[in-house]
Amino acid sequence: MTAPDLAIPGTEGAEPHFFAPWQVKAFALTVALHEAGLFAWTEWAEALSARIGGAPLPQRDTPEDHATRYYLDWLGALEDLLAAKGLAEADMIGDMALTWQRAARATPHGTPIVYETGQE
Amino acid sequence: MPHDHHDHDDGSHLDDMTARVMALEKLLTDKGLVDPAALDRILDTYETQVGPRNGAEVVARAWTDPDFARWLEQDATAAIHSMGFGGRQGEHLTALFNTPERHNMVVCTLCSCYPWSVLGLPPVWYKSMPYRSRAVSEPRAVLAEFGLTLPEGTAIRVWDSTAEMRYLVIPMRPAGTEGWTAEKLVPLVTRDSMIGTGLALVPDTTGPDAEGQAA
Repeated sequence: MTAPDLAIPGTEGAEPHFFAPWQVKAFALTVALHEAGLFAWTEWAEALSARIGGAPLPQRDTPEDHATRYYLDWLGALEDLLAAKGLAEADMIGDMALTWQRAARATPHGTPIVYETGQE
Repeated sequence: MPHDHHDHDDGSHLDDMTARVMALEKLLTDKGLVDPAALDRILDTYETQVGPRNGAEVVARAWTDPDFARWLEQDATAAIHSMGFGGRQGEHLTALFNTPERHNMVVCTLCSCYPWSVLGLPPVWYKSMPYRSRAVSEPRAVLAEFGLTLPEGTAIRVWDSTAEMRYLVIPMRPAGTEGWTAEKLVPLVTRDSMIGTGLALVPDTTGPDAEGQAA
């Protein structure tokens, strides 16, 4: 194990916890679902461990890179857990994401994006 | 002259991750599984109300109240709950008291379990692969990256958190603080000192400038 390739990111300053709004939302959704009693925190930890465990070792990334990697795993773990519990199907999430993207493309800047705009 | 279709220049672009999370949010709220107001409340709680100051208050009280310190050592979950800091994930807490002979350091090698109720949200480095993979195998080298070099006679014990058990390091009380109240001691207790990647600040370094470092 060579230390230079595995430098610990952001040891000196107060880095933000989140680097993008989707990371914030993924975090809050997970806590909300747990608080609503849909899964135990131990189940969540197992799902997250399963995702993180398979991640390759990073090169010398920035704190933002690390946060992005971490929350990608986080979101993947949330989708895994929801699928396992039959609460949200991956295909449906994918279709709805495409609908949001179509809605965004059809919405001028500065105008709220409405989901229905993207429906085919 | 209007275009006959919208393109990226006049429309908005949603990146894949943003769209996916928006889809998840809509799906879960449409199903009634998530209350949008609850999402806002959770973020408000973790971004503004819960933070390392909670843990600092626990540490400062342990430094000044021997009965509380004993309680913390025997049943940290109950002692910390008594101060109003509850574990929202239902986890148990253990307080690890640093001594001149032993320095405690916390990691979660599997994911990122962290004592949120007393320390707020974990820093990026705590969640990063390098910290998770190296804290156990070479703790002294890791501490050096945080600017912390311990005496050779001090053993380092690394504790691996789980979803059920999380740890709060109680750093040693700095010299030169005899007779200080808990309230005056709180700013000396940094977040990193409660994870074990730092020490409590010594009084000379406190002040307007040092507070920024402790944040």
